[in-house]
Amino acid sequence: MATVGREPPGGFARTAAALYEAIASIGEFGEFTRRTLSWLPRRLPSSSTLLQSFYTVGVLSVPVVAVTGMFIGMVLAVQSYSQFHQLGMATRLGVIINTSVVRELGPVLAATMLAGRVGSAMAAELATMRVTEQIDALDCLGVNSVHFLVVPRFLACVLLIPLLTIVANFMGVMGGALVSLQVYRIEEYYYWHNAEGFIGLWDLGTGLLKPMFFGAAIALISCHRGFKSTGGAEGVGRAATEAFVYSFIAILALDFFLALGLNNLHDALWHSAGPRLVG
Amino acid sequence: MTAERKALINFENVSVQFGSQRVLQDINLTIEAGKALAVIGESGCGKTVLLKLIIGLLRPTAGKIIFDGKALVDLSDHELTQQRLRFGFLFQGAALFDSLSVFDNVAFGLRAQGKRPEAEIKEIVRQRIQEVGLPEGIVLKKPAELSGGMKKRVGLARALAVDPEVMLYDEPTTGLDPIMSDVINELILQTRQRRPVTSIVVTHDMKTAFKVADRVWMLYPLSHLRPGEEQVIFDGTPEQLRNFPDPRVRQFVEGEAKDRLREIQS
Repeated sequence: MATVGREPPGGFARTAAALYEAIASIGEFGEFTRRTLSWLPRRLPSSSTLLQSFYTVGVLSVPVVAVTGMFIGMVLAVQSYSQFHQLGMATRLGVIINTSVVRELGPVLAATMLAGRVGSAMAAELATMRVTEQIDALDCLGVNSVHFLVVPRFLACVLLIPLLTIVANFMGVMGGALVSLQVYRIEEYYYWHNAEGFIGLWDLGTGLLKPMFFGAAIALISCHRGFKSTGGAEGVGRAATEAFVYSFIAILALDFFLALGLNNLHDALWHSAGPRLVG
Repeated sequence: MTAERKALINFENVSVQFGSQRVLQDINLTIEAGKALAVIGESGCGKTVLLKLIIGLLRPTAGKIIFDGKALVDLSDHELTQQRLRFGFLFQGAALFDSLSVFDNVAFGLRAQGKRPEAEIKEIVRQRIQEVGLPEGIVLKKPAELSGGMKKRVGLARALAVDPEVMLYDEPTTGLDPIMSDVINELILQTRQRRPVTSIVVTHDMKTAFKVADRVWMLYPLSHLRPGEEQVIFDGTPEQLRNFPDPRVRQFVEGEAKDRLREIQS
């Protein structure tokens, strides 16, 4: 492509250009999201395409989510035991482990694993297709590339991440129990009995609702990075890295705002007087 | 048929800019149905961008492109998708879907249309594979198992499978040996003989330009233009190109480095 000869830009020009690029990127991402979501009520991808995405995103992610979920629960038990033991509350360990896992760690962990395992791979795959002009070829053959490539991945991430979260939650709770009961010899009856009642339907529901937002963010960010990739092999690597980094930031930011919003909703519905950041 | 009725593609004051980088400026071009146009010029002068504008893969920053009486910018996503089915595009690197077999690649556009039974698709794929001179046994192979020339021919078969009205060729002979380059040139000519297709060939291979085109169009990089100069520095027949006196055209046609080497080294 032709380049225009010009003086190197000064500090102000560079800042303005960077600002322009940032605003343009946000606009592009918004348009990409609109194009993806606009397909959902119109036409779903073929069942074979969907199944392939569901298998890649869901089934192949189960082992890594299960293993990491279990270790998170085990680590929580190890880190919490000494404090609880000193206070004579070791039998209450299950409360802190289970609520931490179900409310926060399970959803965030499942989402992080999805971003690392699936998001980066999606970005790299689509980026490779972009730089080898395969995405252009799809469009030229009368196939909408967003519908064909992005919608199945989006649906797989949004619909399957709650199931992966259940796996992470279950394995986290089991991992915590394993260490607490088998290593620290806490009495099993009291461990489970004390943990009862601390996790209600609201916690379970919000714990499964939040990941759907995480899944949507992971799919959209990763596919967008892939679609916008330029610059050959270096661009593919950059797309994969950016997909994970941006997805991870989005997961944590969404987690904060969703926690805030859902807590306020909970208070509004049940007039609870627990400590809240706002409201 | 009048001259106006034959005009299939019109560029009206088309400019393209990526960020601060200008690529095309005030391009006006008319392409008549059934003709073969070769667009030549140095690497980076905007040839491929011009091709992608025609099929709507890129949008102009200014001006408009009219295909068969309709401005591309006015088309909805669905209409643009339908419009694209009237084109065949042979990409520079063939752009075959690497997860699919040769058969599935060639059948892809036909299946996407969803109008034909599988038996008919199979027959069309067989014919197109034969047309581009590939053995029937190749259909089971994956693109990674093919040579560069084979990939280009599979890409051509895939583009031709949907019976396009306009064939767009992006650097069809780049990266091929001279014999395979000529095979591709012959296939472009045969494609025109077999069906009333309009061809636009982007190339910097002068043999291709002289062999396949009725008309040649030369673009000059914007970065080398002086103020007031037009980006299109040649528009005429291959015969006129052979004797055109403009030193910039002569330098390209004869393939001489001249001032470019100094520019690169300075």
